[in-house]
Amino acid sequence: MTSPHLHDTAGLPDYRAQAPAVAERFRRLRERPVVLEVDRLGREFSGEHGMVTALREVSFSVHRREFVCVIGPSGCGKSTLIRMVAGLDHPTSGRMLLDGREVAGPGPDRGMVFQGYTLFPWLTVTQNVMFGLEMQRVDRGTAEARAREWIDLVGLGKFAKHYPAQLSGGMKQRTAIARALAANPRILLMDEPFGALDAQTRAQMQTHLMEIWRNVDVTILFITHDLDEAILLADRILVLKANPGEVQELIEVPVPRPRSLAQVTSPEFLATRRRLDELIHPPAAAHEGEPEKLPIVRLTQVGDDVE
Amino acid sequence: MPRTRWFAVRQELSIRQRRLFGLMAILLPLAAWSLVSYVPFVWHPMIEVTEPGDVTWLKSGQLVPRADFEREVARLGQAGGRVPEGERANPIYLPAPHRVAVALYTAFTTEPKLRGDLWLHESLAMSIKTIFFGFIISSAVGVPLGILCGAFASIARMTEPVVDFIRYMPAPAFGALMVAILGIHLEPKIAIIVIGTFFQQVLVVANTVRKTELSLLEAAQTLGARRKHLVLRVLVPASLPDLYNDMRILLGWAWTYLIVAEVVGVSSGITFFINQQAKYRNFENVYAAIVIIGIIGLVTDQVLAFIGERAFPWRNHRPSRLRTILGRLFAGREVTLFD
Repeated sequence: MTSPHLHDTAGLPDYRAQAPAVAERFRRLRERPVVLEVDRLGREFSGEHGMVTALREVSFSVHRREFVCVIGPSGCGKSTLIRMVAGLDHPTSGRMLLDGREVAGPGPDRGMVFQGYTLFPWLTVTQNVMFGLEMQRVDRGTAEARAREWIDLVGLGKFAKHYPAQLSGGMKQRTAIARALAANPRILLMDEPFGALDAQTRAQMQTHLMEIWRNVDVTILFITHDLDEAILLADRILVLKANPGEVQELIEVPVPRPRSLAQVTSPEFLATRRRLDELIHPPAAAHEGEPEKLPIVRLTQVGDDVE
Repeated sequence: MPRTRWFAVRQELSIRQRRLFGLMAILLPLAAWSLVSYVPFVWHPMIEVTEPGDVTWLKSGQLVPRADFEREVARLGQAGGRVPEGERANPIYLPAPHRVAVALYTAFTTEPKLRGDLWLHESLAMSIKTIFFGFIISSAVGVPLGILCGAFASIARMTEPVVDFIRYMPAPAFGALMVAILGIHLEPKIAIIVIGTFFQQVLVVANTVRKTELSLLEAAQTLGARRKHLVLRVLVPASLPDLYNDMRILLGWAWTYLIVAEVVGVSSGITFFINQQAKYRNFENVYAAIVIIGIIGLVTDQVLAFIGERAFPWRNHRPSRLRTILGRLFAGREVTLFD
């Protein structure tokens, strides 16, 4: 989704320039305790031609109630990264600390929202949200009451007794968010959660998510391939590069909060967008793989033009 | 109005067409059977003697091949005796549809000829008992084992090669062995059903459980589910509707083992009834008994399908027929109330 005109737009500020309020916010953010520390994490797969490095020496930390987005070109291992943080995949080197304690394997302290919803189809919305609580041996009555609160929070009160198959994509993903949050995780991991939604629903979900994040004590690590989504949501953006997956830059987003879709055209937003475009779609790389133009010959009559 | 299409590739039929083709499925074979039975010049290779005439070896009501009968007619025509008379008939093993239809009722009222023989309903009860116990015993072990195989690769690796091997041994081959171990009555028959069902069941159940989406297990893990809950709270409920359908299919297989199972040891149940009736040459009753087995199987399966559609509401969102009917009744009530 490269917008070439952005490269041409002159007079944008440096994406590193922060307004005083924004700089102050980042200063306070850095003072908060670190929730997740990823320390030189690496992952190798055995491929057809020997070992393939998917991720190499990835290090970063996420502070309490921070919103960090991870972006990168396809094949950069961003999904592998979040799956390793969730404990669903094993790193081949490095370690992860959650609240200073090393973690391995999946656990309810790291909640996850998947792109494919992964709601339990045999459970109603309420029962889905109760699942994590029941796993923590919360008694049924309490679990149901707490689930109810989360369902109301994501605005699905009327659909509490529906089965997932009866919900739209956006409602499914709201249920999945409520389910993950109800288990009271230290950090919420989101793996391209809005990737399967249509543009309108996605914009709505982004607004919902920001609303939830503002009001709930939760730290979010969010994977996306949508650059605008990353800038809109994130405090900081972790940019990965592919082959092997490595940290390219950790960008502090200069767009002031509270955020809204209206900021998409603000100078800070556009400056950040231009920087991300440079990182993700470097001008040189575009010529390497695919030819500029398709080798199409004219198959219509002369004069029969559509533009 | 668009032209009605009868043979469009991969197109759904209209309700009218569905009914029509469904009806044809029954009527066409029945029509063929009626044609052979009621139209005298179609097939009818025998002659039923009505008047033996001067032929000493013929009796009234006897069935003889047409060639033999015509030879006798020709012989007596030349010798100048009384010529035998008869009508064209089908062999005794092909009764006409109406006789089988009548037998569907009379088979139940045919009194057993020997002391110790059973009435049809008693035979059927015995067969159903054999199937029931065979299937229950098989499922009681096979379903949990299949689920464990589906959940744990280690258990699957230990179990499935052996199960796969035994699966290819025909269950009736164990007949003599089962009689030696379990005696000659119902037990060895139940054992044959168990052997025929169990090994298939383990593999089918394991495969169904393995089809559960891995992402559901991952989601459950990030919600804090451990091994026991992953099996009992995710794998089992996720595959339950498919397991239910597997059970329906397996029950059908159990029925196919019934007839061979029932000749093991002392012949029993519906098989014994069929063999006895064939011995007395009551072929209508034989057909009736076979049809009744089919009806029992079909009705059982339809009832199970009906229950299945309602037992898993998350799979089937169309309102149940029962609820629709009740809804209509109440709607009607409302209208009359407000009139």
